[in-house]
This record gives sequence, C-alpha cells and structure tokens, in this order.
Amino acid sequence: MTITTNAAALALGDDALVLSHRLGEWAGHAPVLEEEVALANIALDLLGQARVLLSLVGDEDELAYLREERAFRNLQLVEQPNGDFAHTVARQLYFSTYQHLLYGQLAAGGGAFAPLAAKAVKEVEYHRDHAEQWTLRLGDGTAESRERMQRGLDALWRFTGEMFQPVEGVDVDTRALEDGWLESVTSVLERAALAVSDGPRTGAWAAGAGRQGLHTEPFGRMVAEMQHLHRSHPGATW
Amino acid sequence: MATVAADHTTYEAAFDAAVAADERIEPRDWMPDAYRASLVRQMAQHAHSEIIGMQPEANWITRAPSLRRKAILMAKVQDEAGHGLYLYSAAETLGTGREELLDKLHSGRQKYSSIFNYPTLTWADVGAIGWLVDGAAITNQVPLCRCSYGPYARAMVRICKEESFHQRQGYELLLALSKGTPAQHAMAQDAVDRWWWPSLMMFGPPDDESAHSEQSMAWKIKRHSNDELRQRFVDICVPQAEALGLTLPDPDLKWNEERGQHDFGAIDWTEFWDVLKGNGPCNEQRISQRRRAHEEGAWVREAAAAYAAKHAQKHGLKHGEATA
Repeated sequence: MTITTNAAALALGDDALVLSHRLGEWAGHAPVLEEEVALANIALDLLGQARVLLSLVGDEDELAYLREERAFRNLQLVEQPNGDFAHTVARQLYFSTYQHLLYGQLAAGGGAFAPLAAKAVKEVEYHRDHAEQWTLRLGDGTAESRERMQRGLDALWRFTGEMFQPVEGVDVDTRALEDGWLESVTSVLERAALAVSDGPRTGAWAAGAGRQGLHTEPFGRMVAEMQHLHRSHPGATW
Repeated sequence: MATVAADHTTYEAAFDAAVAADERIEPRDWMPDAYRASLVRQMAQHAHSEIIGMQPEANWITRAPSLRRKAILMAKVQDEAGHGLYLYSAAETLGTGREELLDKLHSGRQKYSSIFNYPTLTWADVGAIGWLVDGAAITNQVPLCRCSYGPYARAMVRICKEESFHQRQGYELLLALSKGTPAQHAMAQDAVDRWWWPSLMMFGPPDDESAHSEQSMAWKIKRHSNDELRQRFVDICVPQAEALGLTLPDPDLKWNEERGQHDFGAIDWTEFWDVLKGNGPCNEQRISQRRRAHEEGAWVREAAAAYAAKHAQKHGLKHGEATA
C-alpha cells in the first residue's frame, strides 16, 4: 500500500490535473453562486494534489505543458467533457469515491507517499460528500433532474472499470478498492432512488487505456487549450 | 396621523444625528427610503460587478501558462464569487432578495461596473486587471469600510483584505512579464495600454456630472468624490508603473509641482457613456453568458428546492419551513 514509482505519481497526478482543468471550465457558468465557489474549491484542491505529485517526478510545468496527449496517464473518466451539471456530478461521484478509497489505503500504508495521501484524503472526503449531496438532490429532486442524473451516471459508467486496473507502483488492494467503490456508489444511488448502470465498464479502448496514454478525442482539444500559451513562449518564465 | 408625522420627524432627526456622529446604521434602524434605495442600488451594482467580473478572468483559467498561475487565478475567481455572496447578503438586510437582484441584472435594470465590458485578449490582461482594475476598486472601496451602513462597511472590510492580495498578485504577474522575454514585455505593455483608461473610468463620471455623489456623501455612504479618488489612484500608479518598467499611455501625464499631484490627460467620456449604455466591446457577451448560466441552471435550483421541500416534509415540517 505504497506508491513507489514515477509512473504511479504521474498517473495519480494526471488524474488530479485533468479533472481540475475540467472543473475550471465551470467558472462563470455554474447554476448557483455557491457552486461557483464549491467547484472552484474542488478544482483548486485537485490542482494542489497534481502539483505535489508531478513535482515528485520532475518539473511540474514541463510535465503539464510539454507532454503530448499520448504521454498523459490519467483515467479517461476525468478527461470527459463537463456536459450538464448532472454529468459533472456523476463524474465527481465516481471519481471522488475512488480517490477517497485509494488515498485512504495509501495513507494507511505508510511509505513516502502516506503523508501526502493523508492530507489529500481530507480534501477528497469533502469532494465525495459534495458529489453525494448533489446526487441525492438531483436523483430525488424533480423528474427532470432525476432523468438528467441517471443519464450522466449511465454515460460515464463505461469509464469506471479503468479505476481498478493495476497501476505500476501503486501498491493497493484493487479488489478491495473495487468492492468498496461499488458498495459506496450503490448505497448513494439507492438513497437517491437512482439505478446502478449496467453494461460493460471497459472505456473507449479497454479498461486501463488512459493509463497507457490512449485517450478519448475531446482530450486532445483540452490539452491544446491548456498548453498553447506555455508552448508559444519556449523557455519563458511566468 | 399627527403622531406618525411626529414620529417620522423624530426618526429622521435620530438618523441624521447618527450619521453626523459617524455611528453605523443597522438593518433594524429607521432610515430614509431614499437612503435605503440608494444603498440597494449601489450594493447590488457592486455585487453584480463581482459576478460579471469573474468572466474576463475565467476566460484565462484554462490557458494559464503555469500551474502556479493557474492556481492563483482559480482562487481569485473563487474569491470573487464569494464577494458576490457577501454583497448580496448585505443587500438582503435592506429587504430585497438575491433572486430579485439577479433578475434586475439579467434584465438590464441594474448595472455592473463598465470595466468588465472590455475583453481579456492576452494573458497579460490578467495581470493588468489585478494591478489596475483591482487597484482602482480598492481605492474606491477602502473608504467604504467606513460607510454609514454597517453591513456594507463590514462586508467591505473582508473584501478589501482579499482585493489587496489580488492586486499584489496582478502586479507581480506583470512584473514577471515585464522582466521576461521581449515578447512577454510587449504583452505586458500592450495590456497596460488597453486597461489604463478604462480603469480611470471606474471612478465614475466627473464630479459635476455625477448624479448620486452629493447625496451619497451627505449620507456618508461615499467619503470622497469621484475625481478625488481618481487623482489618488493616478498618483499611486505612476511610481508603480515605473517600478514595473512599463509606461502609461498618456502623453499629458506629468508631475505638477504646484499641486503636488499628477496632471493627466482628458478621459474619453463618450466611450464611457457608450459602454455604460450597453455598447462596449463585451456588454452583450457578458450579460448573455450570465443569463445562460442562470437559465441553464434553473433545473438544478428547482431540483434542490424540491429535494429540500420533500425532506422537510419527511421530518414533519410544513413546506416553507425547510429553508427557514
């Protein structure tokens, strides 16, 4: 239950970096002011985690801004476009539940990464709670919100299998991770009167694709936007 | 009726005495209707400016050139949403509601600061906004910390602390660019050239054309005139621009030994009134985005309300008590 390699730090760092970027796209577009604050808050936490993890590997900006799309190791789940608010909440529920359990294991496992995981797990607990509360409100709100929430959950379901593929250097019990995740997500969805999706959970290529640098098409455009300014001024400091 | 009239006079005298003694007016105190209306107008416009002001900066969140800058910018835009929340809450103490105020913003019946109708065309604009726009806002807002209306004054104390932090960050961003590559320096200069005059316009029309100034000063909502604050801002900015290694785009700008202040060139008031009337570069875009976010978020707010109502009922409360 430790994290030992650059590959591991890169995979988890990229997850946080990419999801933070997606949440940053919400700024100025949220349904209520309180959500402007909350989504930015979560994005900032994730960006903080990304910076710590990427810095374990090398220069955070070189890694964020100068790698090609094929060199990113994030899950395909986190790169999915925001969609409507329910779609974003579904992505947050799936990912924050995973991250909470993962960091919980890493924090308990000792090793060099444990203090970082212990700090992150507190933030992620808040993210998970935020996603859960909104899943309940949207699932058990109006007919429209229920339909949208179910649609978001269903659309993202196929990207969830990837979270439980082994990652080099992340020594966790993936079986326990997957069982815990299913149990937690199922319990929230039951309380929200929503259905656990069925169908394959193999992502756009195969489970584990994002970790191998195989991404979905919207990701390339996201990376282009993220990197263009940095790349336009080689060697500049900001 | 005679008693009411007598009471009214007594109340008004008590109000005037409190203002004269620099005491704070609180939500439950009697206040003239016009004072209330003037405060609602100003605080609402202030809150709207925070909310609309998120847009030009959020425009660069996804393109910020380093992770450190990205984190700073995200935190700043988040702070602005928070400032909007404080200010709407403060305005609500005067008997209005956030929904009503947002509705007035969306329908164009209430305004926001004209500065946010200018576009952010390069990364350096983020720095220019921090240095100049936040700088002008602080110059305007620090005296509001002593405003006669308590909830507004207290909101401003909190807001000014964060604003001055943003301003320093903007300055530091521009300094990094100015001392960077020639292309970065040029980017910084171009941004300052475009934001300087609009920033001076943030202090409002000249004193002889300012509709609300005199009354606001009598009520101690405002403490200084528009022109006075504008002058103060220019005097602060000149040495800062020098330290930045950037120039200000005004050939008439020079130190006046006699006045002990800077003389500066004439502001293009035609442009100011044009932007205020809705004809600036981004007026349409800013208000459309705000309306769209609100309209597209309607189903989310309805869901939250329906959920709250259902769960209040489950706990044996009547509908309507849920949010009480």
